[in-house]
Amino acid sequence: MSGQEKSWKELMFAAVSPKPSTDFLTGDWKTFTPVYDKEKCVGCLQCAMLCPEGAIIWNAAAGKVEFNFNYCKGCGICANECRVKVISMSMPDKEE
Amino acid sequence: MVSKQPVNQELLALNGDEAVALAVKQSNVDVVAAYPITPQTIIVEKFSEYVANGEVTTEYICTESEHSAISASIAASLTGARTFTASASAGLALMHEILFVASGSRAPIVMAVANRALSAPINIHGDHSDSMAQRDSGWIHIYVETAQEAYDSILQAFKIAEDLDVSLPIIVGLDGFAISHTLENVNVLPDEAVAQFVDERVLPMVVTHEGKTVPFKLDPDSPMTMGPNVSPAFYFEFKRQQDEAMKNALQKIQDVNAKYAELSGRSYGNGLIDTYQLEDAEIAVVVIGSTAGTLKVMIDELRSEGIKAGLLRLRTFRPFPVEQLQNALKHLKVLAVMDKSMSFGGFGGPLFNEVRTTLFDLKQHPIVVNYLFGIGGRDSNPHNLRKIFENMQQIAKTGQVDTVVHYLNLRE
Repeated sequence: MSGQEKSWKELMFAAVSPKPSTDFLTGDWKTFTPVYDKEKCVGCLQCAMLCPEGAIIWNAAAGKVEFNFNYCKGCGICANECRVKVISMSMPDKEE
Repeated sequence: MVSKQPVNQELLALNGDEAVALAVKQSNVDVVAAYPITPQTIIVEKFSEYVANGEVTTEYICTESEHSAISASIAASLTGARTFTASASAGLALMHEILFVASGSRAPIVMAVANRALSAPINIHGDHSDSMAQRDSGWIHIYVETAQEAYDSILQAFKIAEDLDVSLPIIVGLDGFAISHTLENVNVLPDEAVAQFVDERVLPMVVTHEGKTVPFKLDPDSPMTMGPNVSPAFYFEFKRQQDEAMKNALQKIQDVNAKYAELSGRSYGNGLIDTYQLEDAEIAVVVIGSTAGTLKVMIDELRSEGIKAGLLRLRTFRPFPVEQLQNALKHLKVLAVMDKSMSFGGFGGPLFNEVRTTLFDLKQHPIVVNYLFGIGGRDSNPHNLRKIFENMQQIAKTGQVDTVVHYLNLRE
């Protein structure tokens, strides 16, 4: 959480959420980011099925998976489960 | 200070538990979810009779435990329903986790606690260990002296808890057996007078994730997120809001006490503290609960002997009335704070600690000693209580304190 947040006097009563849950992005929680070799992906969907966040989406037109980095928490299950070992977890240089 | 003529009332012979059940019956409560436990049992027994006889329209939920009773109460309260529950001792302890959910969710549940000792060894008798262990749960704590006050305080509790500037749950503590099971004359207000006094529950307005401004309640037509996961960046702010609501309650309890006095002719000090012969006293006692009655008799006796003794009964323990206590106690030479619960290994009981701390900032403050008493229902008769005043007289004379923390009526 960065920037100017509301004070306790301005915040909503009883923590009732003023935004739908889809507006609360969780992608910035991650430490490691999945990086994958699109060319070598066989499209088996093992990673998409096992992603606990539903952050891996099947792009039918391309015949490949895509990562939704707004919600990927960097757990690494996809990299561990990939049967052709084309996903690796990397720690990007954090420059904020 | 009662200006208006109070309404005509009916004098009934009730014990404290029955008085509580009757007050709940008259308060147009929508939901009662409770589990029986000694010495609170009569409250739920009596209230279930009202339900069975069709005397109330309240939804009565028999739960399988106190953990469930308080959970159901929170859910009911968050639909906008006026909600009551009751417990004691181990039952209240089982509620512990969920008590924090009630206060954090700002659910204005009213709970009667027939104060009882905690196991082990098992003991069904009265002391304050159970509710003192819930001190920091975010609930308002009011303790009563009589069955009459139990009745009156339940009616007041709905007004306090449901106030929009407060919106917090409230415990009304009545001493197990000494109040819960003891028959007293209780003046009871007419149903219509109570209905008018407690009125309908009004809900705070909130803005939902859909951008709608709606009443704070679980409603399929206006969905909202309650009790969400809150990150470290926000949680502290919500806790600060609860602290502010407690401060608001400090004023609201006094207002409701005054408004109730107009209706009934009865008030309990200023609602926070209730004093007896304190203004010109040199030595005095601070106590919570029914023992105040015996102490008043004792003080009359001491006064007749020319001893300037006084009493302060703390009615509201949370929010803690710091300023009121400072003003009421600052002139004393010696003060004895009586604790009906123990903090093992601590420096005296919880009430002693907080009262003593409160007086620390005064330029001049009384010498303060602690008496642990009544643990597990141990009797505190006039003979025992007199020893407290004798000790205070001795301290006042010599300025010397031999022992700070005493165990009253304990075999050494």
